[in-house]
Amino acid sequence: MAEPIRIHTPFTEEDSHKLKIGDSVLITGEIYAARDAAHKKMCEALAKGEKLPIDWHNKMVYYLGPTPAKPGDPIGSCGPTTSGRMDAYTPTMLEQGIKGMIGKGSRSKEVVDSMKKNGVTYFAAVGGAAALIAKSVKKYEVLAYPELGPEALARLTVEDFPAIVVIDCEGNNLYDVNQEKYRTLKGY
Amino acid sequence: MRELDAKQITETVAQLCKEAAYYLPKDVYEGLKKGRETEKSPVGQAVLDQIIKNAEIARDEDRPYCQDTGMTIVFLEVGQDLHIVGGDLEEAVNDGIAKGYTEGYLRKSVVAEPIFNRVNTQNNTPGVIYTKIVPGDKLKITVEPKGFGSENKGGIKMLVPADGLEGVKKAVMEIILHASMNPCPPMVVGIGIGGTMDRAAVMSKIALTRSIDSHNPMPEYAKLEDDLLELINETGIGPQLGGTTSCLGVNIEWGPTHIAGLPVAVTICCHACRHAKRVL
Repeated sequence: MAEPIRIHTPFTEEDSHKLKIGDSVLITGEIYAARDAAHKKMCEALAKGEKLPIDWHNKMVYYLGPTPAKPGDPIGSCGPTTSGRMDAYTPTMLEQGIKGMIGKGSRSKEVVDSMKKNGVTYFAAVGGAAALIAKSVKKYEVLAYPELGPEALARLTVEDFPAIVVIDCEGNNLYDVNQEKYRTLKGY
Repeated sequence: MRELDAKQITETVAQLCKEAAYYLPKDVYEGLKKGRETEKSPVGQAVLDQIIKNAEIARDEDRPYCQDTGMTIVFLEVGQDLHIVGGDLEEAVNDGIAKGYTEGYLRKSVVAEPIFNRVNTQNNTPGVIYTKIVPGDKLKITVEPKGFGSENKGGIKMLVPADGLEGVKKAVMEIILHASMNPCPPMVVGIGIGGTMDRAAVMSKIALTRSIDSHNPMPEYAKLEDDLLELINETGIGPQLGGTTSCLGVNIEWGPTHIAGLPVAVTICCHACRHAKRVL
């Protein structure tokens, strides 16, 4: 594996265009946690013409619902959740200016089309590496929807948060390329 | 008749919830290390390095291995000569889940109703409890917290007898290929074959409480476990980002079924194949 690329937020479309699939990155700055229920609430707000709790311009979203922090810790275990569950909401959210998404697993064609249109990069964090990933989180602040508990919209201050580019803003897909490369299965 | 206080059940369940969340079973940990040695993809190796390191941090610092600490499945094997006193059995178990998830800083991931009002119950109850009456005067408790990234990717196929062995393999591989890299591989696969639709599904969950080093006692099923493991490792799914370590183990449980049927249920578990057991 090549040396990781260091990324500092805010994350712009220009930054996004510099990355390609397979790039290993370390993210420093602020990323924003939201998952199923927060996405639903935000898309409902947009449909009603309401303002969102934060301005998503040049921000990175992290699909996450952490465990509660132990006393003295900024956050509990905090690995990625399955991104595909957010696909129904994602094109709408990308129109709000998000340039980076961090999660795990495949995305729909509609999401990839919207990524290409908006110059967005999709990163994978290692699913299930939640105690390890917590080491890179320095601060966790709930910004909206506290009633959702672990699903609240929150800001994470991170230092060298590890991730890998899996779909770049041209629509190239590391999952497809690598699965094909290592697939020896015949007849199924 | 031997008596067992319900409070002891609550305490034990609470402890097992924490243990399962923090400590990856040794066989799974060793399976990951073995996978790291043989993994061909460089990015797959890097992912496995992170997963192994994560297991060590979780174990050494008593932290949840994964943020999805699951919906709590609890298997109870109750000796018919045991008398539980001082409370209701299911209530004691649910109290234990609430206590364990609260004290252990585990995530509460259960909503009270699935469609119309998805409100979090705030203590991860109720658990999914299966009770079996067995000979003896002991109580065996197995806690299997099940994360839903992988749970969402399981499936069931109601095959017919003519489908036979090849049909079973095809059904399992269809579910696995459809799940692909989404259930946080390297995965552990539990399969229930036979029974009714529901019985097959429960057997697939029981299969996951067995060590990945173990085999079904019947040689034909043991061979099927090995054959399916090999096939899944040929898919290229790998440790999430493509590679050769897609699956750490396949466990099959089977049971008698109807003359017209051949149910096959597949529960996919992520690499956090968590379970903890205690006999009281």
